[in-house]
Amino acid sequence: MRIPLQPVEQLEREQRRRNSEVPELWTTLDRVMDPELPVISIWELGVLQNVELRGQTVVVTITPTYSGCPAMHTIAEDIQAALEQAGYPHREVITQLAPAWTSNWIGPAAQEKLRQYGIAPPQNADSGGVISCPHCGSEQVQAISEFGSTACKALYKCRDCAEPFDYFKSF
Amino acid sequence: MSTDNPVSQYAVRLADDALILGHRLSEWCSRGPFLEEDLALSNVALDYIGRARMFYGYAAELSGDDRSEDDFAFLRDCRDFGNLLIHELPRGDFAFTMARQYLVDVHSVAFMTDLQSSTDATLAAIAGKAVKESNYHLRRSRDWMLRLGGGTEESHRRLQHAVDELWGFTPEMFEMDELEKSLAGQGVAVDVSRLQPAWDTEVRATLAAANMSIPEEDWQVSGGRQGKHTEWLGHLLSDLQFMQRAYPGLEW
Repeated sequence: MRIPLQPVEQLEREQRRRNSEVPELWTTLDRVMDPELPVISIWELGVLQNVELRGQTVVVTITPTYSGCPAMHTIAEDIQAALEQAGYPHREVITQLAPAWTSNWIGPAAQEKLRQYGIAPPQNADSGGVISCPHCGSEQVQAISEFGSTACKALYKCRDCAEPFDYFKSF
Repeated sequence: MSTDNPVSQYAVRLADDALILGHRLSEWCSRGPFLEEDLALSNVALDYIGRARMFYGYAAELSGDDRSEDDFAFLRDCRDFGNLLIHELPRGDFAFTMARQYLVDVHSVAFMTDLQSSTDATLAAIAGKAVKESNYHLRRSRDWMLRLGGGTEESHRRLQHAVDELWGFTPEMFEMDELEKSLAGQGVAVDVSRLQPAWDTEVRATLAAANMSIPEEDWQVSGGRQGKHTEWLGHLLSDLQFMQRAYPGLEW
């Protein structure tokens, strides 16, 4: 049996949430979904790094997936909207670059949501992960393009069921 | 429009490199040889424009006035741009774009790897994101070198032509001026002169595997870091900066 090792940054992120004095803010932000992958939240994606209350102001720290990801702007707006709706008039969204985002922060539950949505979840080749078709489960798949419809995805095709699919790049 | 802070000046140079190459790559959008390649070129362009924004944003922060990243990108003229010349050359045909990308990618991976250990925490953090993207770009551009070099007679001829045209622009990637020497001495900047031997070995190996001959003609041009550019940069900026020039202060 393989025991999955948590990346240390992921462990720290989960600890910040677990030890937070404002758990209700984290819960509020669980409603903010990635605009391109509407089945997983920014928490599950690893973009949401921290939420704090500094005086009257809610300070949210996020980290970009890819340098040029256009969704980051929408995500910041969605955070503002979710907090406003929850009754927090003073808000600030901070972008933090380090530690650099990695697809390893997407946990097993979120990976399964991606699969059911039709996107093959990221596989770490170093730990023996194999890309499989999200439709039929076959491992007989073929890369069509290293780049897909968004920066975080590549295009694949299944050799068994012949369906094309998006693969969330391991990054 | 310039800035006195040396780290800010350095960040502007790196941002200029990324913006100008990102713009050249974006010119392929809807003109790629096939759909997947169109997406790939646009994706890489986006990575570079994102990189430019991070470096400009930091430069603006350090400059200590009220300028933003947009002021640096849209309101400076040719002589204020400090990008390396190789980035501003017109996109040419697909072979030219991929050959340039390959030569730049090998450099970028080594450069960003080194910049990750900069004593400047923000530059190091930007490099930490950029190095992952450049590694991904390099995988594809190296693959294209082999496919074009070993493809048809035409693809081979076009790639060789591109390599010959680009070769003299590569030595500039390893030049150090006073600003960079001084910053490298403080551990802030990368000493690019030290990256050349490994770059040379790797590029020559790929060119050999792609059946390319190494250009023998001995010429080189430089001047980008000092704002001395080819005629092509002005044309590029007239396109890139048009909206801000025509409608000053325009926002989305």
